[in-house]
Amino acid sequence: MQLNVQDLACVRGGRRVFEGVSIRVKARGGVALTGPNGSGKSSLLRVLAGFIAPAAGTLHLEGGDDETPLGAQCHYVGHLNGVKNAFTLAENLAFWAEFLGGGDVAHALRVFGLEALGDIPAGLLSAGQARRLGLARLALAPRPLWLLDEPTVSLDAGSRKILAKVIREHMKGGGIVIVATHMPLGLRLDQELKLGASVRTP
Amino acid sequence: MTEVQGTFNRLANPTRFLALSGAVLPWLTGLTVALLLVGLYLAFFVAPEDYLQGQTVKIMYIHVPFAWIAMMGYSVITVASIGSLIWRHPLADVAAKAAAPIGACFTLLALVTGSLWGKPMWGTYWVWDARLTSVLLLLFLYLGLMALWQAIEEPSRAGRAAAILALVGSVNIPVIKFSVDWWNTLHQPASVARLDGPAIHPSILLPLLVMAAAFTFLFFVLHLMAMRTEILRRRVQVLRLTQVAAAGSVTGARA
Amino acid sequence: MKEFISLVRRDLRLARREGGAITTALGFYLIVVAILPLGLGPDLNLLSRIAPGVLWVALLLAALLSADRIFHNDLEDGSLEVIALGPLPLELVVAAKSLAHWISIGIPLAIAAPVLALLLNLPGDAFWVLFLTMMTGTPALSFLGAIGAALTLGLRRGGQLLSLLILPLYVPVLIFGVAAMNAVITGPAPFLSSYLILLALTLATLVLAPIAAAAALRLNLQ
Repeated sequence: MQLNVQDLACVRGGRRVFEGVSIRVKARGGVALTGPNGSGKSSLLRVLAGFIAPAAGTLHLEGGDDETPLGAQCHYVGHLNGVKNAFTLAENLAFWAEFLGGGDVAHALRVFGLEALGDIPAGLLSAGQARRLGLARLALAPRPLWLLDEPTVSLDAGSRKILAKVIREHMKGGGIVIVATHMPLGLRLDQELKLGASVRTP
Repeated sequence: MTEVQGTFNRLANPTRFLALSGAVLPWLTGLTVALLLVGLYLAFFVAPEDYLQGQTVKIMYIHVPFAWIAMMGYSVITVASIGSLIWRHPLADVAAKAAAPIGACFTLLALVTGSLWGKPMWGTYWVWDARLTSVLLLLFLYLGLMALWQAIEEPSRAGRAAAILALVGSVNIPVIKFSVDWWNTLHQPASVARLDGPAIHPSILLPLLVMAAAFTFLFFVLHLMAMRTEILRRRVQVLRLTQVAAAGSVTGARA
Repeated sequence: MKEFISLVRRDLRLARREGGAITTALGFYLIVVAILPLGLGPDLNLLSRIAPGVLWVALLLAALLSADRIFHNDLEDGSLEVIALGPLPLELVVAAKSLAHWISIGIPLAIAAPVLALLLNLPGDAFWVLFLTMMTGTPALSFLGAIGAALTLGLRRGGQLLSLLILPLYVPVLIFGVAAMNAVITGPAPFLSSYLILLALTLATLVLAPIAAAAALRLNLQ
């Protein structure tokens, strides 16, 4: 499996956010996206997930399922956690498991150290716990490509270690990870893509 | 096919459009003025008075063209919206956006002239006649489009949202028209005098056609002018964004 | 299909947990119907003559009131992004969420309508038509509302804009809903012709609205 991104460009609001981005990641590979604010890290992840149509360039997951869109083959964790405050932690994950195609809720809770809180309404969680619940989706349905946008926001050192371990295991299992982050993740990714802050108008 | 596409793309290039429309506009304006003068002359000095309605029947010569353009304006928006959703061309966006306020104005004028005409005919300014009611609902559709354009800041996003709404509206217009007609026949059996008699006398038809042509050209003159303004406004916006971005990267380098 | 059902069930469960929407809609429906006689006078003959129209117009407004919430919460907490990357096409996501809106808001409003009809002295033989036409028409209201909700998603004052965009589209449902009721109460037009058109309107809306709303959602997920 290999993710091929060729000469990707993105235009938002008449502004060219980035252009000429090319990445090639093999299975078991990871890319760290770095760059200052506004350099287009989030936009790049959203283009990869299929939310934004690229202004130019191609992206293709070799060895993936060509019938389904790239978005349905990836886990996307954005700035928001996708957590319903009115549901308990277990209910939140149970819905995602049902909707995204399977997964062991108890296992996902355990991986992120939330097993004791399964029956608590998610509205009572702290910011860091809510982030962990958002990330716990990763441990549910297996998807080859992970797109993580600042996943470590509001996580403490221990939780960051858990995340690093989960990512490492995903890569070991043949997955691909693309992480946009400011903070060191505590794991080695084989590539780094630095997006510049230069802004051009088309 | 590719040749047609190529011609389309050349025409649809905003810079080329500005040059072309700039060349065409004076002629089109002249033609519109000439047609309007001829039409007004025909309507007021040649066309006969109605033996029942007297001079008030002359309102028809502007009312009918207004109502026609109210519908044509929405058709222009519909076509432009299809262009904007399928080809994603910014000029189609611009065309749809520029047509909405003009179409809304003509719709409003159709309503006002209709009710002025209705006062001597019906005895009140407003009756819930099927035509007036459908035109009123058309006005609401126009206002909705304009409000949506205004509510979304980013032009390309606003354009696509408005295009979706415009297409939803154009699917609904026949349904709305049909239900209003149904509603009207249920509630008031046709007692209102209808314009479309068996045969319209040429002395009425000719001024009406000239006026309709004149106002159609007027619509397109205004539309072209509004499109040019919108294109220039967007260019100014892009220039400003560039300025802001340039300033941003300087401070970024310092930090 | 499994995903479709699980999404509907989740939205219904959320509606039950959060609760506010239906209470507001029912309360609004009640107060609009109750305040009209205060403006029109207590003449029961007049009220019973205009009851079908009043009940329908108030229902439209009450349904509209909650329509802007259809996608709003899912956008705000990020669930919509995850749902959009799921296996269910966005058109079916819209259909599922509209269906959940209809079950949680439309059906209770349709059930409340005959009770409110008592206040307006609706003729006795019209109660079943009232319920029937409302059960038939309310799905169209939810699905059309979804178009407006998707278009105004994330906008300030989206709710107010939504009414301007969507109320004109509600007109056919209103006309044929009231026409079907009047056909039974006063005649002479046959009930079935208006009712079948109402049914056709709803069915066409169920098919077409998700396409438009999904296109608007894609736009808002950018």
